Amino acid sequence: MSQLRAESARLLAVFEATGAVRVEADILQQADVLLDLYGEDIRARAYVASDPLRGEQMLRPDFTVPVVQQHMAVSAEPARYTYAGPVFRYQDNATGRAAQSEQVGYEVFDRSAPEAIEAEVFGLFHRILAPLGLTASTGDVGLLRAAIDGLTTSEARKAALRRHIWRPARFQSLLDRFSQPVARKVLGAGGQQIGLRRSQDVQERLAQLQDEATAPPIPSAEIAALTDLLAIRGKLPEALELLQALTGRLPSIGPAVAHMASRIIALDAAGVDVAQIGFEAAYGLTAMEYYDGFVFGFYAAQPGWPAIASGGRYDALTRVLGQGRAVPAVGGIIRPEYSLRAATGSAS
Amino acid sequence: MIKLGVPSKGRLMNETFDWFAKRGVQLSKSGSDREYVGRVEGVDGVELVLLSAGEIPRELAAGRIQLGVTGTDLVHEKLANWADTVEPVAEMGFGFADLIVAVPACWRDVTSLHDLDAVAARFRADHGFRLRIATKYHRLVRQFLTAQGVADYQLVDSQGATEGAVKNETAEAIADITSTGATIAANHLRILEDGLVLKSQATLWKSRSAGGDCGPLIRKIRAK
Repeated sequence: MSQLRAESARLLAVFEATGAVRVEADILQQADVLLDLYGEDIRARAYVASDPLRGEQMLRPDFTVPVVQQHMAVSAEPARYTYAGPVFRYQDNATGRAAQSEQVGYEVFDRSAPEAIEAEVFGLFHRILAPLGLTASTGDVGLLRAAIDGLTTSEARKAALRRHIWRPARFQSLLDRFSQPVARKVLGAGGQQIGLRRSQDVQERLAQLQDEATAPPIPSAEIAALTDLLAIRGKLPEALELLQALTGRLPSIGPAVAHMASRIIALDAAGVDVAQIGFEAAYGLTAMEYYDGFVFGFYAAQPGWPAIASGGRYDALTRVLGQGRAVPAVGGIIRPEYSLRAATGSAS
Repeated sequence: MIKLGVPSKGRLMNETFDWFAKRGVQLSKSGSDREYVGRVEGVDGVELVLLSAGEIPRELAAGRIQLGVTGTDLVHEKLANWADTVEPVAEMGFGFADLIVAVPACWRDVTSLHDLDAVAARFRADHGFRLRIATKYHRLVRQFLTAQGVADYQLVDSQGATEGAVKNETAEAIADITSTGATIAANHLRILEDGLVLKSQATLWKSRSAGGDCGPLIRKIRAK
């Protein structure tokens, strides 16, 4: 325990040395904010307690949400924060992971060039973790978002795809559905009108489904290009080449690929050996998280360990919590329990 | 002495008694009909414990009873990692029930989980809160909907008369156990085509953590 405290303190000190301000967050969080953000899935991960006066409370599953709330309430940009403390997540299946675990984090709210901030955060984590010999993986959710924006299809279909970026199975089934003509049987009379959803809502959606049935499918060349995009993986320079080659078939990802190119230059300038950093276009899409751009994780070879550190860009989260105000935000956390174990492991 | 947990009342208890009787083990309530104490004849060293069907999974997991009769649905719902804590000895061929997701029959545009998901997105935008699904099977339903990629819903707890929740406007859809579907239809609901969460039946379970020798009883019921 004292070793863990020392490791947390060491990491905090490194983050504070960059000028980050130490912040605290309540362990008990208002559940409705988190439920609104994450949906019902969070209940399978977070401890919920009911309070007859305050309503449902949740043991904080992460610091990001309260830190963003604090920043949006009072502060101006640029701002850099650091924090340390326990987060609580229960595992519905026996993974052997602790329900209470320590996180030390670093969050940057800064309107400067996005690639510079991304390189700053990743570079800092990379420097701190360098002695541990970890493998770094990165991704960029912005590429997939840009690819969706460019599809030859209705705005409704694009919105449906965007909504399910983080649920790959549903995303794939939507893609399959939108790539062929839709045959649909129409049900007969439904009986008595019950519930809050009105009959005009039903009529309206039936009309939409009628339009859908005659809507042209997404061209197969675009589906193939999107599938190829999701399959791209390699070290950063190779992945960039593959992506640049793909822009011929998916022109809408051009700006996102250019952004990635400038991020690689910025990473290089920050002292990161980019040829050693992995990239997967589908990275970060399975986690129940809020990242919407650059994402990263650092992994040890030990099976069953979580990422020792992870993070990314979450502009959209600040828009949701900021009630109209949005801030470009990049951050990440280190799990000191694991950085400590990795350090002991590599020393012995 | 090992303990056999059996549902303490109703059809499930009577069918369990019949099932064991056919296999040469007579179970009965001793004393008055209202007393929850039981008797076992036909095999030695077994004590009958009458419990609520909903508590039997917990008692098995805790190792306080060695054997117990309850539905697959309750074991899967109440025990995370049920396969690590209990093992099925015999499926008993009664108490069949399906855990299903149902929506108002008047939702003519909704036949599948895909439709439910699309409607949930729209409902949230229109009403400012997520579409409510009433159930008492929180874990099973949440796992199912997560695996199927349904979003923008919330589960609301309903411990009974769940089929009435939509009519009462405490939920927009339900997830509940049904055997014939009659109650679902009578409450103006319709089961989604791909809305089957779990098929359940009464099952004899053995605790993995309780000590004691279940051999004589298990051999006896398997001999017939």
